[in-house]
Amino acid sequence: MARFAVSVNRKELSTESPPDRPLLDVLREDFGLTGTKYGCGEGQCRACTVLIDDQPRASCLTPVSSVDGRSVTTVEGLASGDELTGVQQAFIDVDAAQCGYCTAGMIIEATALLKRNPTPSGSEILDAMNPHLCRCCGYRNILASVELAARTSEASDA
Amino acid sequence: MPERFREDLFEPDRKELAESPAYCFDLDRREWIAVVSAGLLVTAAGKVVFSPGIAAAEIPPSTRLHLGEDGSIIVLTGKVEVGQGSRTEILQAAAEELRVAPGALRVMLADTAVTPDDGSTAGSRTTPSTVPVVRRACAAAREMLVRTAAEAWNLDASQLRVESGGVVHAGKRFAYADLARSKRLTSTDDESTPRVVPLTEIDDWTVLGRALLKTKARAIVTGAHRYPSDIVRPDMLYAAVLRPPSYGAQLESVDLTPGKELGVVAIRDGGFVGCAAKTSYEAHNAVEAIGKTAKWRTAPHPSSGGLGAYLKGRAQTSGTGRRGPRRRERGGVDSALAAAKTLKASYEIPYVQHAPMEPRAAVAEWDEARLTVWTGTQRPFGVRQQLMEAFRLTAEQTRVIVPDTGSGFGGKHTGEVAIEAARLAKAAGKPVSLRWTRAEEFAWAYFRPAAVFEARAGLSGEKIVAWDFTAYNPGTAGIETPYAVPNVRTQYFPCDAPLREGSYRGIGATGNNFAREVFMDELADAAGLDPVEFRLANSNDERLSKVLQAAADRFGWSPAQSPGQNRGTGIAAGFEKGSYIAICAQVRVVGESVEVERLVSAFECGAILNPRNLQTQVEGCVIQGLGAALSEEIRFAGGKLLNGSFSQYPVPRFRGVPSMETVLLDRPDIESAGAGETPIIAVAPALANAAFAATGHRMRSLPLRLRAV
Ligand code: FES
Ligand code: FES
Repeated sequence: MARFAVSVNRKELSTESPPDRPLLDVLREDFGLTGTKYGCGEGQCRACTVLIDDQPRASCLTPVSSVDGRSVTTVEGLASGDELTGVQQAFIDVDAAQCGYCTAGMIIEATALLKRNPTPSGSEILDAMNPHLCRCCGYRNILASVELAARTSEASDA
Repeated sequence: MPERFREDLFEPDRKELAESPAYCFDLDRREWIAVVSAGLLVTAAGKVVFSPGIAAAEIPPSTRLHLGEDGSIIVLTGKVEVGQGSRTEILQAAAEELRVAPGALRVMLADTAVTPDDGSTAGSRTTPSTVPVVRRACAAAREMLVRTAAEAWNLDASQLRVESGGVVHAGKRFAYADLARSKRLTSTDDESTPRVVPLTEIDDWTVLGRALLKTKARAIVTGAHRYPSDIVRPDMLYAAVLRPPSYGAQLESVDLTPGKELGVVAIRDGGFVGCAAKTSYEAHNAVEAIGKTAKWRTAPHPSSGGLGAYLKGRAQTSGTGRRGPRRRERGGVDSALAAAKTLKASYEIPYVQHAPMEPRAAVAEWDEARLTVWTGTQRPFGVRQQLMEAFRLTAEQTRVIVPDTGSGFGGKHTGEVAIEAARLAKAAGKPVSLRWTRAEEFAWAYFRPAAVFEARAGLSGEKIVAWDFTAYNPGTAGIETPYAVPNVRTQYFPCDAPLREGSYRGIGATGNNFAREVFMDELADAAGLDPVEFRLANSNDERLSKVLQAAADRFGWSPAQSPGQNRGTGIAAGFEKGSYIAICAQVRVVGESVEVERLVSAFECGAILNPRNLQTQVEGCVIQGLGAALSEEIRFAGGKLLNGSFSQYPVPRFRGVPSMETVLLDRPDIESAGAGETPIIAVAPALANAAFAATGHRMRSLPLRLRAV
């Protein structure tokens, strides 16, 4: 057991935990942030994706010790107050969540993609999103959401 | 009227888990009060009861609607939301009949203490069964609003109309909240309420028939929505369960000490061993430590190689009842076959797993002898029954709540995770959350049955004159041919199966339609006809012909086409649960695998209730079907699953989605049927037929592969 300090959604949090415990469990069970989902625990579905220092990572494969002193963003930390991000709004407008269980991971991935590449091509979107599973198979709507978010942010930047 | 065994159209599949009986237990007053204010309760039959909220009142178990004096309106159904859109559809149905904006309503789903028992959320029954019931209750409430306003204002009811949730006349307004208050003053039971109020005509729809976005979307994109695995209760522990090392293994002995030494709650009850701890990490470690001490008696178990022969050798050919074999015959099949040009073929499908995105999960909490469980199931009242039996509780002591759940696909009808969580919560004296791991979900949930099919048919010119179809183990959905054949025999034999089996999207229809539609292609070939022409020539079901034609037209189907370079095009159609599908596919066969280049689906389920959700459901169902057609196959040997993970059991991903188009045919003249299941049944045969066109080799088993010739 050791104490780990993590900045989660711009808040300084800490927990007493075995060092190899997955970040996913710490977020959900210690910090009450259940928006990040478990889908497989082995890096195959990416439902558990969070941003670690702005990079999308599978939190189920991330030992809590490796994020000590770093910053983590979960789906709960995207909106500022009531104001949703463009990616979140696009997922609503396209109706891209069926059961919505994969949605948090998808939104985090798309957020990271648009941050490093605000005008991605179709194949760049596909490359970024492909590791994510959606068992409802809403893939076309999800791609449409990411494209819409990219277009909207481009229009508002112009 | 097409020639068909009409009574079979809505027969539940024999592999479908049984619906729970319609209970009429007392409701839990305390909980009810927590959700509704004083107001009126309206039942499906249009009966109205005043509910003061706190004091005791007779609450009919079939209550569909609560009209609060504070203006709140709550619609209640026992259906669940697993991503198929039931919540939005119910909301639209209620808003349409009440004439209120959808945003002014709240839909309460699946809480056994509050909502009526609408059976399981399965078999595409929400649209044809629950939507009309909700509409009738809401139409009755609207009618009452008008009549009460007319009485109050001394006007003729026929002059008044409801708009935006109220009756407006000469600057006055009478809303549902006024109705609720006025009933409090006058009577408690309005016997004069008409029992049958006409529903809104389709031409007058303003909310139904249009796209409506999900009301929960905001909660989903912000991470605020709590799925069953996200429910947190005060002092809650996390749990893990010890699973046998192989199918059929029995626990002989186990030592709980290594778990207890880790400071967790560890219990054994018969074959059940589980741990609960402050974190799931500790619970899993404790189970692992305990597992090392366990002694198991293993049992022989077959392997998935040679599964077809294994099943056929264990067919149950006698017996009756809805779990037994089934045989239907019409006309003289044997004599018709003897006089015709005949063809026969056999087909096979493997076990597949639903792999819902959210594995089974439950949170259980005891309050002395009362049990509350939050869980993801498609059968809330069925799971309540299982809990009552497992813990010897009454219905009043047992409450099951189903938060909107992370998908199901027919795979979440059972309550094992609820029982496990409740058993551990009882031992711990604290609420317990249990979420199955992905490996558990693959191995210990039930499977879509594996099956074998034998088809024989007789041709006379372009017509099928005899049809003889035998299915081993798939289930009975979709077993009857939708084509016009004068002499038909269908037989279904359940088999003594090696794995746990149950429902799935389309269930029996997936295999039955795969075999039938590939065989239809073989017959077209034997008759020397184009596959589309042959199907049309043998269909006198206008709806079936229309989806075939619509898919072929949009695809640009031409009889003489041959794209070449190992490419081919194919078509398949199907009818199931009141809806019709046809799919045209273009594939390329590379090595032994089939790659899909283009898909066009045409779908018709009567009057369209929400075109956007329908499009999503059809597309999602078709893409999911690509997995079962091309890559999904459960393999097992020595009682162990060999490919129980997403890395070994490939399901469709972004890259696997081909170019696709979906044509939705609207039939305002036909009552709406469900849509979440039928599209899947035409996917695999369309691809198999296209692969034949590409290679000249028939692929008669799933997943499709070009096997060494
Ligand atoms: S839960 Fe982390 S990748 Fe699936
Ligand atoms: S929306 Fe259900 S898993 Fe993606």
